[in-house]
Amino acid sequence: MNILKVLVVDDEPGIRTGVTRVLRNFTVGFPFMDDDFSFETVETGSGEEAIEILDKEPIDIVLLDNKLPGIYGIEVLEYIRQQEYDTQVMMITSYASLDLAVKATNNGAYNFVPKPFTPQELKAAMESITKHLYLKRMTKKLNEQGKHVRFQFLSVLSHELKSPINAIEGYLKIMQDKQAGDAIDDYQVMVSRSLERIKGMRGLIMDLLDLTRIESGKKKRNIAPVDITETARMAMHSMEPLAIQKSVKIHFISDEPHYINSDPAEIEIIFNNLLSNAVKYNVENGEVFLSITDNPMEVVIDVKDTGIGISEEEIGNLFKEFARIRNSKTKDITGSGLGLSIVKKLIDLNHGSIAVSSKPEQGSHFRVTFPKH
Amino acid sequence: MKTILLVDDDPDQLEQLKFHVERFGYQPVVASSQKEGELMLETMKPDLAIIDLMMENQDSGFILSYKIKQKYPDVPVIIVTSVTAVSGMKFSLETEDDKRWIKADKYIEKGIRPDQLHREINKLLKV
Ligand SMILES: Nc1ncnc2c1ncn2[C@@H]1O[C@H](COP(=O)(O)OP(=O)(O)OP(=O)(O)O)[C@@H](O)[C@H]1O
Ligand SMILES: [Mg+2]
Repeated sequence: MNILKVLVVDDEPGIRTGVTRVLRNFTVGFPFMDDDFSFETVETGSGEEAIEILDKEPIDIVLLDNKLPGIYGIEVLEYIRQQEYDTQVMMITSYASLDLAVKATNNGAYNFVPKPFTPQELKAAMESITKHLYLKRMTKKLNEQGKHVRFQFLSVLSHELKSPINAIEGYLKIMQDKQAGDAIDDYQVMVSRSLERIKGMRGLIMDLLDLTRIESGKKKRNIAPVDITETARMAMHSMEPLAIQKSVKIHFISDEPHYINSDPAEIEIIFNNLLSNAVKYNVENGEVFLSITDNPMEVVIDVKDTGIGISEEEIGNLFKEFARIRNSKTKDITGSGLGLSIVKKLIDLNHGSIAVSSKPEQGSHFRVTFPKH
Repeated sequence: MKTILLVDDDPDQLEQLKFHVERFGYQPVVASSQKEGELMLETMKPDLAIIDLMMENQDSGFILSYKIKQKYPDVPVIIVTSVTAVSGMKFSLETEDDKRWIKADKYIEKGIRPDQLHREINKLLKV
């Protein structure tokens, strides 16, 4: 049994004892945890005293009222964040004050329990905060051991590989038993869906090859002066069939060669991914503008499109492995979500940088910058 | 005709489930995410729900199942997944502890034969 220390900060004694009473015999368990969690409470009626307690002993969870006689709850929250205590904070308050909610969330509060709350609501809130706390600490531990990234990569990868296999197998079984009719035409959709899933799997395998290349190729890169303009033109040509299929026009804007020292294969992978995204996530009759320019210090590559765009909160995840944006517009577009993570790795390897700006429904702009030396 | 809510983020898995459920003689209603599933529940009460575990998040299926049970405690829920093979994490409904958290009635692995699925559905619908 694990015991979590809960600090209850509220100036109403009734609330404090109420919380302690509810949590006394309450435990939280999840199927993936070996042990249940139970709770031990510490109570105080003021923010000043809460800080004293936090400085003295490790606290796992703080239930924090905002309106306190001295300093406000929000200031206690700020203090916890400044000190970087490994503590989850839940505000006990009403949702009424949006202002407070925003401020508290920005300062790392996990959640709110509206006041007054029922024992049931408190328990539900404690259950979710406990799970969050557990997963956070688990992640930290795995990260420290260097295991997490690999574990996650492999488990997501096998999920990504299994899904299309399951899908294709399902269709084949329906066909084997002739469940949809006797004519081959009855299965046309199933056949083309299966082919589509195979295409997706092939793409994933290609991406994986690129990734292995990066990991093993760190030693044997073929560094030489590369004409970025030339590589870009080649990538553009190989993207043409896809562009035609999607009725997207690619414009190429660059007049002269631009050299950097790199491995040409790496630069090609970068272009292929950025261009394929600009075409794939575009709209009917959309456009892509590829331009290469330079200044005394760097070569600048701009890939702009008039496509579906990316919302602000999703931009942050783009370069993570297997990050795909799921919405009605991307539903039928196949991809593995590895492309941009590969791009990022290759750009890092070449000491470059990448920046994104985008507006939903209007389009995206990816800018890659490489130092000339 | 009895209605079955099907939730899966893989369009082909969803299509196949729908195909089979129709053949079993039920009315399928489909959703492709936990969120969409929740929206459906606001306007309808299915006779049974079949939910994929890993959708937006690793535990989307659990959460949706939990919400269905909160709203309609009498609607049986089947969770479909291949999570054991993938993550090594074991989920089952064997112990009381598991049942308290995973509020589903049945837990089946992906790739189950259609006739087995049919039997499980009929059992839960008591037909
Ligand atoms: N130009 C773009 N416009 C709109 N969305 C984009 C654009 N580029 C990337 N995205 C979004 O970012 C996600 C991640 O892109 P990434 O290239 O890493 O993966 P992918 O295209 O899904 O798969 P892959 O490139 O590995 O086949 C995409 O799924 C898509 O939702
Ligand atoms: Mg891509």
